[in-house]
Amino acid sequence: MIRTEGLCKYFASNGKEVRAVDGLDLEVNRGEVFGFLGPNGAGKTTTVRMLACLIAPSAGRAWVDGLEVGQDNLAIQARVGILTEAPGLYERLSARANLELFAELYNVNDVKGQVEKYLRLLDLWDRRDTDAGTFSKGMKQKLAIARALLHEPSVLFLDEPTAALDPEAAKTVRDFIATLRGQGRTIFLCTHNLDEAERLCDRIGVFRQRLIAVDTPDALRRQLFGRQTVVHLAPPEGTADVEALVAAVRNLPFVQHVTTLRPENAAEDNYRLVISLDDPARRNPIIVQMLVGHGAQVRFVNELRHSLEDVYLSLLRSNTA
Amino acid sequence: MRQFRALVRKEWADMLRNKLVFYVVIFVPLLMLAIPVAMLFVMRQVPPNEQDLAELGRMLQNPIFAGMNAVEAMQAIMASNMLVLFLMMPLMVPVTIAAYSIVGEKMTRSLEPLLATPITTTRLLLAKGFAAAAPGIAMTWICYALFLVAARFLSASERVFAVFVDPMWLVAMFVLAPLTTVLAVMVGVIVSSRVNDPRAAEQLGALVLIPLMALFIGAMAGFIMLNSTTFWISSGLVAVADIGLIYLGTALFQRETILTRWK
Ligand SMILES: Nc1ncnc2c1ncn2[C@@H]1O[C@H](COP(=O)(O)OP(=O)(O)OP(=O)(O)O)[C@@H](O)[C@H]1O
Ligand SMILES: [Mg+2]
Repeated sequence: MIRTEGLCKYFASNGKEVRAVDGLDLEVNRGEVFGFLGPNGAGKTTTVRMLACLIAPSAGRAWVDGLEVGQDNLAIQARVGILTEAPGLYERLSARANLELFAELYNVNDVKGQVEKYLRLLDLWDRRDTDAGTFSKGMKQKLAIARALLHEPSVLFLDEPTAALDPEAAKTVRDFIATLRGQGRTIFLCTHNLDEAERLCDRIGVFRQRLIAVDTPDALRRQLFGRQTVVHLAPPEGTADVEALVAAVRNLPFVQHVTTLRPENAAEDNYRLVISLDDPARRNPIIVQMLVGHGAQVRFVNELRHSLEDVYLSLLRSNTA
Repeated sequence: MRQFRALVRKEWADMLRNKLVFYVVIFVPLLMLAIPVAMLFVMRQVPPNEQDLAELGRMLQNPIFAGMNAVEAMQAIMASNMLVLFLMMPLMVPVTIAAYSIVGEKMTRSLEPLLATPITTTRLLLAKGFAAAAPGIAMTWICYALFLVAARFLSASERVFAVFVDPMWLVAMFVLAPLTTVLAVMVGVIVSSRVNDPRAAEQLGALVLIPLMALFIGAMAGFIMLNSTTFWISSGLVAVADIGLIYLGTALFQRETILTRWK
């Protein structure tokens, strides 16, 4: 649905060349919600602008819905919807007038119908005749999202849709994006919010000038940290026992790494073994059996999940190194 | 056509609600209307003195004033000179609107979503240009009509009134004024795609007023004979400038530069 090959964008800034995007190779599938994650200045907005034919690539090629950027710009623009970084509404016009203008610009057949549909979907129908300038940030953002959807685009670019919104407004917008999933639309979501990416996106690309990693959130986690099982044990009588247990676990052929965590506070007296291994579903029973065989009292077994934040930070760090 | 109509409608709706632009569109022309009407009135009340009459003698060589008495000639000359002011309306109004319509969109950041729609640059500029030009031309014509109504009552004689509907004024209002408007709009477009502040755009745009001021002052001082030929020549010059500026304006209106150079 979206494909880029060595996509680049250079800017001249004070006589120096700034490489905003430097060799992006990317493939986003039809109907997918793709999270485009990167720090400030990574080039996310620049990438979206190139894909929406607002600015021309300096090098490389890109296709959107089978059409090549730079060749069929008007046709691409007719098929994509874009939520720009700033909502950019006409503040002196009513919500409805804002949408009607864009429906006309996008050559929508049923202008009135589409405008009403999206005003209602985004809960703005009651405020339809109010000037957009009087709206709260959250309402402006919703109106801008409605504006991007009027022509039922097959690709939707969302550039940080929840940045600058309070948690409640952000949640409303996020929930709305969630409802757009599975309507066959491809969604390209730029965000800083890792939690948002995790909840909304099928796949995530971590990006800074170029793509650092791309996969589902789970796969990224696994790639980076492998899979880890945590076994919580009742405190044994003597420390020697724990060392013996750890040694025994370490000796298992499929175990890559084991660390021991001692009780952290008085309320909790569990010892925890963090075991890195290849396939928890198959290996956990063997480990538990072995531990029990060694006289350990297993209280809980669970999988250690790293937050997407850990994944993201570690990817960026390894990329800088 | 749909895109054109929708954009023009939006520009006008927005204009009506932008107080500053609205006042420029309405009050500046009305002010300019007031000056020649006042001239007519004053010249009718105050008989010309000796010095004025000597001056008048020089100007009376313009055949259009032939056979008039002093009061008639004074009215006709002064009011005609002031009519040149009307030619500034199609300059000032559209420059202001055009400056706001692009720089303003840059500032509110509404230009990016607009440029993301499937609209060609030519159509976008046409719509913005038309939206800026039409009120300027309309105001010029309305003011001219209002002036004629006032002149009907205030003119000392039929002969004075005839001066104001002389073919030269028809050329000025219906040929030169629209051509000047196009000039103003293109200057507004060019300037505002280069600067980031509507006031700067407006001021730079006002620079195009200077040649017209020269015509005005020249006419006042009697260096330039006001007649159909002068207006046809001016029209020709402006038309040439228009073509050049339209070419330049579309070439300079590069979406990318406009979009990314605003920081
Ligand atoms: N018109 C321009 N001229 C010069 N440099 C630019 C221009 N536009 C962007 N850049 C630079 O390109 C880089 C990428 O900018 P971009 O806005 O695409 O980043 P981003 O990932 O969207 O960042 P953010 O998270 O802050 O929105 C930045 O270093 C920026 O300074
Ligand atoms: Mg950005």
